[in-house]
Amino acid sequence: MYTYSEFDESFVRNRVAQFRGQVERRLDGSLTEDEFKPLRLMNGLYLQLHAYMLRVAIPYGTLNGRQMRQLAYLAERWDKGYGHFTTRQNIQFNWPKLADVPDMLDALADVGMHAIQTSGNTIRNVTADHFAGAAADEIEDPRPVAELLRQWSTDHPEFQFLPRKFKIAVTGSPTDRAVTKAHDIGLRMVRDAGGAPGFEVMVGGGLGRTPMIGKVIRDFLPKADLLPYCEAILATYNLLGRRDNKYKARIKITVHENGLEAFRDLVEARFAEIRPEFSGVDQDWLAGIETQFSPPRLSDADTSEYDARRESDPVFRSWADTNLAPHKDPSHAIVTVSLKKPGNTPGDATAAQMRLLADLGATYSHDELRISHEQNVILPHVHRADLPAVFDALRSAALATANVGLVSDIIACPGMDYCALATARSIPVAQSIATRFEDLKLEHDIGALKIKISGCINACGHHHVGHIGILGLDRAGVENYQITLGGDGTETASLGERTGPGFAYDEIVPAIERLIHAYLDLRQGPEETFLDLYRRLGMGPFKDALYGDAARGRQADAA
Amino acid sequence: MSRRFTPKIVTANDLLEGDVIYLTADDRWSRDHAEAELIEDEAHAEIRLIHAARQSGSVVGAYLADARPGPSGPEPVHFREAFRAKGPSNYTHGKQSERHA
Ligand code: SF4
Repeated sequence: MYTYSEFDESFVRNRVAQFRGQVERRLDGSLTEDEFKPLRLMNGLYLQLHAYMLRVAIPYGTLNGRQMRQLAYLAERWDKGYGHFTTRQNIQFNWPKLADVPDMLDALADVGMHAIQTSGNTIRNVTADHFAGAAADEIEDPRPVAELLRQWSTDHPEFQFLPRKFKIAVTGSPTDRAVTKAHDIGLRMVRDAGGAPGFEVMVGGGLGRTPMIGKVIRDFLPKADLLPYCEAILATYNLLGRRDNKYKARIKITVHENGLEAFRDLVEARFAEIRPEFSGVDQDWLAGIETQFSPPRLSDADTSEYDARRESDPVFRSWADTNLAPHKDPSHAIVTVSLKKPGNTPGDATAAQMRLLADLGATYSHDELRISHEQNVILPHVHRADLPAVFDALRSAALATANVGLVSDIIACPGMDYCALATARSIPVAQSIATRFEDLKLEHDIGALKIKISGCINACGHHHVGHIGILGLDRAGVENYQITLGGDGTETASLGERTGPGFAYDEIVPAIERLIHAYLDLRQGPEETFLDLYRRLGMGPFKDALYGDAARGRQADAA
Repeated sequence: MSRRFTPKIVTANDLLEGDVIYLTADDRWSRDHAEAELIEDEAHAEIRLIHAARQSGSVVGAYLADARPGPSGPEPVHFREAFRAKGPSNYTHGKQSERHA
């Protein structure tokens, strides 16, 4: 796994020391809040509704046991004993005190972690497929490229004052598990006709106020051209991007207003100019990083223990069928540990759970753990013979919920329970939907379904790409929830469509239930998923289920 | 023209702790919404806000929030302020835990 070089280490330590000084100067009154705020945001420190919040980057979602154990330590020492994993492969601590934050950052630096560039108009934490380096369908591990992009973008002088924040996601497999089409730049690894790996490059995707699916700016970019090409995109954006209006400053608007063709021409021209300057140093650099991501040495021990347990224990079998994904090596599996036990807060893990996960990672997964944008934890390389032991350990810590990809595996942002920008709550909506369907015992029958909830139009909960998306709004001083249907965050990405008027807080769970019953009634069989059905029949039957035929007629009259 | 003024309180976050605080009539910062000064006059509200904003060495982001009189003191009007006064709904953390403690 990638370890920090001395340069990285001293860079991070310097930043912590600087921040310690800045906090002292804020406390003794020599810095005003206006002066201090941008400094704390640069170090991942927000002031939320009830407290400060520290956001820590988990680059490309990868961490080792020692790092996970340190997160547990932070949670216990300086927070309330838990942490919240976000849709951006970050962890957030919801209750730190200002004076403690420099110590927290030092403790993070002890394990090579930091909170730099988790905010501000810079290139943010590069996200990657959480199955990277393990997935059976992968062409190459995308993390060396993500790390190359991280090193290149960290404190890159040209890109510290972009018109707006900038997010890059990369996947090493044609299957898109990293929502690349909802990023400013999305990179999806594909092969050319000759079989050489390269990237399909998407630009101008993003959710939030003006959601857009990224557009393909290059069908195939050879791997060696990646850095100059990304630099050309950023330089073009830096020049054309609007700085007069915050809401029109993201690259998606730049691409939209200038047109993809015009934007592409400028990028290609810039690329032709700077390509010769990249003498190959970046490729040597990448090769160096790649050696740090060399795949673990997998055991080829016998897997009969797994088969036996699977035969004899239906609870284990249900978990295995739901939470395991195919590994490159058939005698191994990728384990997704659900942080979505019905009734719990999506993405939250206690310090004790984090320690257990750290131990399991160290013992059974070559000391590797991943955080998914779907707010779950991954053990990427577990030998099948070890799965019974892993399952038993997870079960002892309430971590063995068999619901990955199902109705209760809900993404939810912090919403108005924590976030200062929120217009409504999202966590209790997720909790109520999950417990409702647990009571109905319909979850496995319903099958693949992604519900995603955001507490405001910033869309941190990715609601636009949920099969069912829920957006919490403030309508005349009351929480109101808008539903969108048909969103998809994978390689077949699409944005959800609004069903119509929103629902009050106490109406939203029954509304979701009506939608799902409509799906169960209308599907051709269990193999037709909710999304398939929506694509076949469209909005009509769901509107009927939500608003009733009469209400639908009234709306038509009003229109 | 004469729009009736909705009573206000002055609220902010504490610089050190980050938690929610309210300006009282006797110029303290209280953790308890019910202890806030209920300001019924627009001009006075502006003066109190300026007074609060001057204390930037210990409070952050002071603003006026709607409130109404209640049996034991001012109560929040908007649900956002109700959550700030209570704490999150998924754990008994924040003010609601301090009150029980
Ligand atoms: S979507 Fe809105 S409410 Fe949710 S975390 Fe993002 S900014 Fe906060």
